[in-house]
Amino acid sequence: MTDGLQVTLEFGGGAELLFGNIKKHEVTLPVDDTPWTIRSLLTWMKDNLLKERPELFIQGDTVRPGILVLVNDADWELLGELDYKIESKDTILFISTLHGG
Amino acid sequence: MDKISNLEKQIAYLQEVLRCKEEELRALQANEQHASFCSPDKLSKDDVERFSRQIIIPAIGCKGQMALKTSSILIVGVGGLGCPAAQYLAGSGVGHIGLVDYDEVECSNLHRQLLHTEDSIGVPKVTSASIALKKLNSSLRISEYHTQLNSSNALNIVQKYDIVIDATDNVATRYLLNDACVLSGKPLVSGSALRLEGQLTVYNYNKGPCYRCIFPKPPPPETVTNCGDGGVLGAVPGVVGVLEALEAIKIVLGCSGILSGQLLLFSAESSAFRNVRLRTRNASCDVCGENPKISHLIDYEQFCGAKATDKDSSICLLREEQRINAPALFDSFVSKCEGLLIDVRSPEEFEMCAVPRSLNIPLKNIDEPDSVSQIITALQDKQAEQNPFPVYVVCRRGNDSQKAVLMLEKVLKDQNVAVRDLTGGLHAWARKVDSDFPIY
Ligand SMILES: [Zn+2]
Repeated sequence: MTDGLQVTLEFGGGAELLFGNIKKHEVTLPVDDTPWTIRSLLTWMKDNLLKERPELFIQGDTVRPGILVLVNDADWELLGELDYKIESKDTILFISTLHGG
Repeated sequence: MDKISNLEKQIAYLQEVLRCKEEELRALQANEQHASFCSPDKLSKDDVERFSRQIIIPAIGCKGQMALKTSSILIVGVGGLGCPAAQYLAGSGVGHIGLVDYDEVECSNLHRQLLHTEDSIGVPKVTSASIALKKLNSSLRISEYHTQLNSSNALNIVQKYDIVIDATDNVATRYLLNDACVLSGKPLVSGSALRLEGQLTVYNYNKGPCYRCIFPKPPPPETVTNCGDGGVLGAVPGVVGVLEALEAIKIVLGCSGILSGQLLLFSAESSAFRNVRLRTRNASCDVCGENPKISHLIDYEQFCGAKATDKDSSICLLREEQRINAPALFDSFVSKCEGLLIDVRSPEEFEMCAVPRSLNIPLKNIDEPDSVSQIITALQDKQAEQNPFPVYVVCRRGNDSQKAVLMLEKVLKDQNVAVRDLTGGLHAWARKVDSDFPIY
C-alpha cells in the first residue's frame, strides 16, 4: 500500500484515553486533491480515530486549550498551526498538559 | 482512642520541632561567632569539606558553590514534586529556600512526598519538610509560608527569591505563579506529573516564553485530572522534582542548556525522555508581550473556572429524592437485601475496595449498550420484588454517582426503577456505616 500519506500519530499526557488508550497510531491518510493539513487531519481524526467525547479533544476547528500539538518534536505554532502541510512520515504528537504534583 | 494516639503523636512531633529549633538556634549562635573569623565572600572550611565533590566539577568550582550559597529559591507546593526538589536543593548548598504550602500531611501523601513521615500526619507540610531539610543541612535558611498562594500575597513572596519552582498541583496556581514571575522578572521552573508521565520546562527565562505564551487559554476544568483521581506512581514526580532542582541549580550557576523554550516529556512506561521544541515568546502575550493586558495579579480561580487546590469540591446535580444517605442505603441494600447497587468507579478502584454484591460499571461506560443490557439482566432477576425497583449508584465521593443517576434515568426510562445515588459516596459509607472500609 503506497497510496495515501503515511503518518504517525502519538498521544500523551492522558490524550490517549480518548483514542482507545493507544499511544501510537500508524495511519494512512487517503489521497486527496488538496494537500493534508493539520486542520483536515483533525476532522479525519474526529471521524476515524476518536473513540469518545470529541469535545475533550476538539473545540471548533482546533484542539481544545491545554493540548499541545508537536510536529516532528516541534511546536506546531512554529510551523503554521492548522495550516501546516503534512508530509509523508511526519510524526504528530498530541500532548495533554499535566497539572498534578 | 484515635484522639489519644493522635494527640500523643502530635505532642511527640512538637517536641521534635522544639528540639530542631533549639538546635537551629545553637547553630546560628555558633555561626555568628564563627562568621567573624571567615570572610563572607569565601567558602568556609565546613563548606569545602561538605561540597568538595561538586566543587571539583569545572562547571561549578568555588565560584559556583558561592553562587549557590548566596542564592534563594522559592518552592511552591511541598508535595510529590516539591519534596524531592527541596531535598536536592538543600543538599547542594543553596543558602535560602522558601516553602509555600497551605496543606497538612495526609497518609495518602507518603508514597511520594518523602520528606514527610508517618509522625507528621496532620502537621503542616512546610513544617514537616523544614524539619527534614534542617536535619540534612543545618546551615540552610528556610522560610515557611503555611498559606495558600493567592493574588494578594504572591508578588510579595516571589520578589524575595531569585528563582521560583512550580511544584503545585492545580491550573489556577500555575497561572498565578506564571504572572507573578513575569511581573517580578523571575525565572519559573515548572514541573508536573500524573500517572506514569511527567513534564518539565522553564518559563520566563532569558527572553524565552512564559506559560501564557504557550497556553493563552486555560483548559476546560472537566479535562483536568488531579493525582487523587488519576493516580500517580511516586517515583514519577520524584524524577520530575529532582530535575526541577537541577534546572534551578543550572540557572544559579549560569549554565547554558536551560530548558527554556523546550519541554521535556518523561514516560515511565517506555523509560524515555523526549525533548520537544516550544514556540518563542509571543509578542502579543497577555502578560509578557509588548502591550500586556495583565499588569497586576487577577482572580485565577475565576480565570480557570476551577479552585486553586487539587481537592475536589462537591457538585449538586440531583434533587433530594434522587439521593440516599449511607445509613438508609445500608438498611435497604445490606439489611433488607433490596435493590441493585452500581459502583461507577474504575475497575482498579473497585478491585481495591467495594461494597459486597455491588456491580461495577465505570461512569465512562455507563450508557453503552453492553452496560445497559447488563443492568437490565440484573434487574430482570429481581424486579418483581419491588415496585418501582430501587437502583442505587455509588462512587468515591458522590460526584460521579450524580452524573451516573442522570444518565441511568435516560437509558432505563422504560424500566420501572427509582435511581438514587449515595450522598457523599463511599467516603460517607466508611464514616457512617462501615469503619473498616478504607477512605482513599
Ligand atoms: Zn508570555
